[in-house]
Amino acid sequence: MKKYTDTGKKDTRSGFGAGMTVLGRTNPNVVALCADLIGSLKIQEFIDENPERFFQIGIAEANMMGIAAGLTIGGKIPFTGTFANFSTGRVYDQIRQSIAYSGKNVKICASHAGLTLGEDGATHQILEDIGLMKMLPGMTVINPCDFNQTKAATIAIAEHQGPVYLRFGRPKVANFTPEDQKFEIGKAVLLNEGTDVTIIATGHLVWESLLAAEALEAKGISAEVINIHTIKPLDEEAILASVAKTGCVVTAEEHNYYGGLGESVARVLVKNHPAPQEFIATNDTFGESGTPDQLMEKYGLNNKAIVKAVEKVLERKQATPSFNMQG
Amino acid sequence: MSNNQQLNDLATQVRRDILRMVHKVNSGHPGGSLGCTEFFVAMYNEIMELNDEFEMDGIGEDLFFLSNGHISPVYYSVLARRGYFPVEELNTFRVIDSRLQGHPTTHEGLPGVRIASGSLGQGMSVAIGAALAKKLNKDNHLVYSLHGDGELQEGQNWEAIMYAAGNKVDNYIATVDYNGQQIDGATNDVLPMGDLKAKFEAFGWDVLEIKEGNNLEAVINGMKEAKTRTGKGKPVCVLLHTVMGNGVDFMMHTHAWHGKAPNDEQLETALAQNPETVGDY
Repeated sequence: MKKYTDTGKKDTRSGFGAGMTVLGRTNPNVVALCADLIGSLKIQEFIDENPERFFQIGIAEANMMGIAAGLTIGGKIPFTGTFANFSTGRVYDQIRQSIAYSGKNVKICASHAGLTLGEDGATHQILEDIGLMKMLPGMTVINPCDFNQTKAATIAIAEHQGPVYLRFGRPKVANFTPEDQKFEIGKAVLLNEGTDVTIIATGHLVWESLLAAEALEAKGISAEVINIHTIKPLDEEAILASVAKTGCVVTAEEHNYYGGLGESVARVLVKNHPAPQEFIATNDTFGESGTPDQLMEKYGLNNKAIVKAVEKVLERKQATPSFNMQG
Repeated sequence: MSNNQQLNDLATQVRRDILRMVHKVNSGHPGGSLGCTEFFVAMYNEIMELNDEFEMDGIGEDLFFLSNGHISPVYYSVLARRGYFPVEELNTFRVIDSRLQGHPTTHEGLPGVRIASGSLGQGMSVAIGAALAKKLNKDNHLVYSLHGDGELQEGQNWEAIMYAAGNKVDNYIATVDYNGQQIDGATNDVLPMGDLKAKFEAFGWDVLEIKEGNNLEAVINGMKEAKTRTGKGKPVCVLLHTVMGNGVDFMMHTHAWHGKAPNDEQLETALAQNPETVGDY
């Protein structure tokens, strides 16, 4: 299979910070807002270089979303920054009315998403945010997989007219996508070609999917791996083209399976090309305190869990001859 | 427009528009709309500096944000009669396929509206954002907003009130429609808000009161005074004392007409108290 090299573990939130630094230097309309989490969001460099374009809102996320909506009136491109939990659930109605329904060009940038926030526990580990955001008409939902891709996504969304939810995380994870990549919103990235199964992953689970594909190769199973960094709009064409070839799917995400990427993929399959699918996602549960690795192991969100899910979905495919006939 | 008689005539016509709009669809909010008629007429014809063509960014003009979106009838009537869209379109208020939704929205592209409102408590934050954008753009025009008094029960307002003072957003005038009524009754019974003037002042705002909020001349003078208070390091709050349902005797001094339309007979009585001036739509 195609080899990917981890060039050194980095946190995706630092990719966001690096992207903001670039935007600060290249796009005079970009402004940043933060609700008392500058250090966590890694935007100090943007602030140092553009103090007049930074707004410290304080611990008042609802006000931050409204101010961001207002800043667009006058041509600004506001990027809001706080944890994913406080970027979505806490301010859902503000986003719904003042940003999404009002069609405002606000970029909601959310760090510390999912279980890998770690020791702070379930109050801060939102596993429902993708669902909340993808349900809003007109909202673009992006969950990049590593530092380089998060940086590229941050820069790309400034050029996109309309509200965007950009989700990233706290832990240092493998950095393996190209540094100079062009980020295309809504375009899946085919990381590895395979013939037996399609693994469709987003965020931190993309690297885990590559590790799983390697382990599967050793067992003689050929896995196609697709990085879906944009959950909405979803690259349906890429998904269907792959499943036409492989006939079964495993989806992988750091999110509840209710409302997540897996459900979006299932909708596409059911409508166009029914095929067995297994879900790597949390099972309608809150998280808890622990290290990121411990939590991902306990809640079944790592490469070992993906390998098991692939074996299960292959059994289902083989037990259902009609699925093999399709494509 | 500067002749007060002309503006008073316009206010009477706006009251007719409000009553006819809500009557036709048997829904909508006449009480607060009637109470704020003089304020809207003054703002859009005497107080604000406005460009002729509507553009969302509103650069080089004053901006207005309606936070208590349920009083859309008065907003729509005054916008139409200021020339933002055809007056005949008032006939489409709250009907299917209309730009005049129950609560104001940008979604259908209605000129004059820059934010959706209806879910309460969000307009002040938006207005502050627009005021900050004006400062960044070195645009010396002002930002205005209107809020219900009951709406101040929403906590987001107090986040915004704290922010605006703490960050010296002094190109901004927030007006509170101080009528003391909300859907379930008097604000003092539903959830007492205490001394609003003292509260805004304690948060660091410059507060002035317009005691006769249904006297057009008093509103114009009060808002002109408010303008002189801008640019001095503090956001400005106007407590606009109004009577809900003003101009229709049986709708005044009660919360009963907050969100209820008149029937045929009540409409006739109400219109008789507000004879046609510049022409019905």
